[in-house]
Amino acid sequence: MHRALVIARFSLLEARRSGLPWLAACALVAALGLAAFVSQVALTEGAAVQAAVCAALLRAAAVFLVAAHVVAATAREVSDKVLDFVLAFPLSRPAWYLGKLAGLAVAGGLIAGAFALPLLAWSAPAGVLAWAVSLAFESALVAAAALFFASALAQPAAAISATVGLYLLARSIGAIQAIASGPHAEATLAGRAAQIAVDGVALLLPRLDAATRTAWLIYEPPAAADLAPVLAAIAAYTLLLVAAGLFDLSRRNL
Amino acid sequence: MAFAPRRAAASDLPPPPSAAALKAASLGEPQAAARLAMLWLQAFDFSAVNEIRYRDLDYVRLIGWLGAILDTDPRSRYPLFVASRIYAEVPDPAKARAMMEFIHAEYLKAPRDRWPALAHAALLAKHRLGDLPLALRYARALRAVADEPNVPLWATQMEIFILEDMNELEAAKIMLGGLLATGRITDPGERRFLQSRLEELERRIAAGKRPPTDR
Repeated sequence: MHRALVIARFSLLEARRSGLPWLAACALVAALGLAAFVSQVALTEGAAVQAAVCAALLRAAAVFLVAAHVVAATAREVSDKVLDFVLAFPLSRPAWYLGKLAGLAVAGGLIAGAFALPLLAWSAPAGVLAWAVSLAFESALVAAAALFFASALAQPAAAISATVGLYLLARSIGAIQAIASGPHAEATLAGRAAQIAVDGVALLLPRLDAATRTAWLIYEPPAAADLAPVLAAIAAYTLLLVAAGLFDLSRRNL
Repeated sequence: MAFAPRRAAASDLPPPPSAAALKAASLGEPQAAARLAMLWLQAFDFSAVNEIRYRDLDYVRLIGWLGAILDTDPRSRYPLFVASRIYAEVPDPAKARAMMEFIHAEYLKAPRDRWPALAHAALLAKHRLGDLPLALRYARALRAVADEPNVPLWATQMEIFILEDMNELEAAKIMLGGLLATGRITDPGERRFLQSRLEELERRIAAGKRPPTDR
């Protein structure tokens, strides 16, 4: 446990020294600037337009920054043989993996907190808090996915593509299900098969369209009874990815 | 040979997507997608590649876009605000009516949130189109929100004054008397004004005179 915490601390230190804070700051400035510009064009609901645009951009930026950092850091460790060096010490593979993920999840949580602060200008504190907590959970999920793909796939581009693809599919699967089962869906055998396939894929994915919702910022915050299941589902999926990553790491010949 | 820019056409507005497609494209951010789509739509009349007056837009497609955006984020007031304050105020009566009917249909789905747009449509029907039966229909639909605390009394009183303008004095008198009897009107000045209107209605009914045209 102590060794895992040491790995986590160094993982967080690496994130701090890698330029990730500067990138996050640039993303924050860009999102605020674009939201301010867009709100000037809006005829009504200026604050809601600002909050919605800013929140959407910051959510995407947080996820992409975490995914890119995890994949880049893992690729660097593999190419510099750092992993082989670290595992030469009396350090178990699970301890290394869990410590690294913990540090990355904390980095993602700090980014989520920093991105949530400006939203207080337009939204109620309860809604911003729910949004920040949900984004922190989402960042941890993306970190786990990125770490798994970066460890399992040889190429960083493939790992980032897989992580981003999983994330985007998880965010849009609800809408895809609605289209597949909507009034314009074909009532043929092929249409029904497509609907079953989409429902099957949806079962395998976390429902990220129910998490980190902009509606919490511009309408009302979620009730605790509504938020808890969403966060629990994300946490469960994160644990699934961690288990997959540990299994993949344990079977590799290093 | 001098370059002549292509003249914009009403069909330049592309066909609207379905609300489901718009939601899918929003990647889990329907509120942001709806508002960005509204900004794109409202700027369509004048941009770097298009210059077309509001009244020249294809209103069938325009209403389709507004409906899809509203379905994407049903709680947003932006689409109906633009529909009532801009697109329904065009000089083309047919297009104005089409937009007002769209506003009326959407109001019926969520009266408590969408009454401002219908109230404005009722005013447009009365003062711009001069269509008192249409204005009365919209004003009567506002009865559904008569007891809501955030709905101002002028919106729920519109039906009375439209009935008066239509010379349906008895109906107007009954409605106005009922409104005064509810006790909702607490402001003394407003109560005096409405009471005087009621007394005037009674005099006119008695005298059988036509209502004044100026208000």
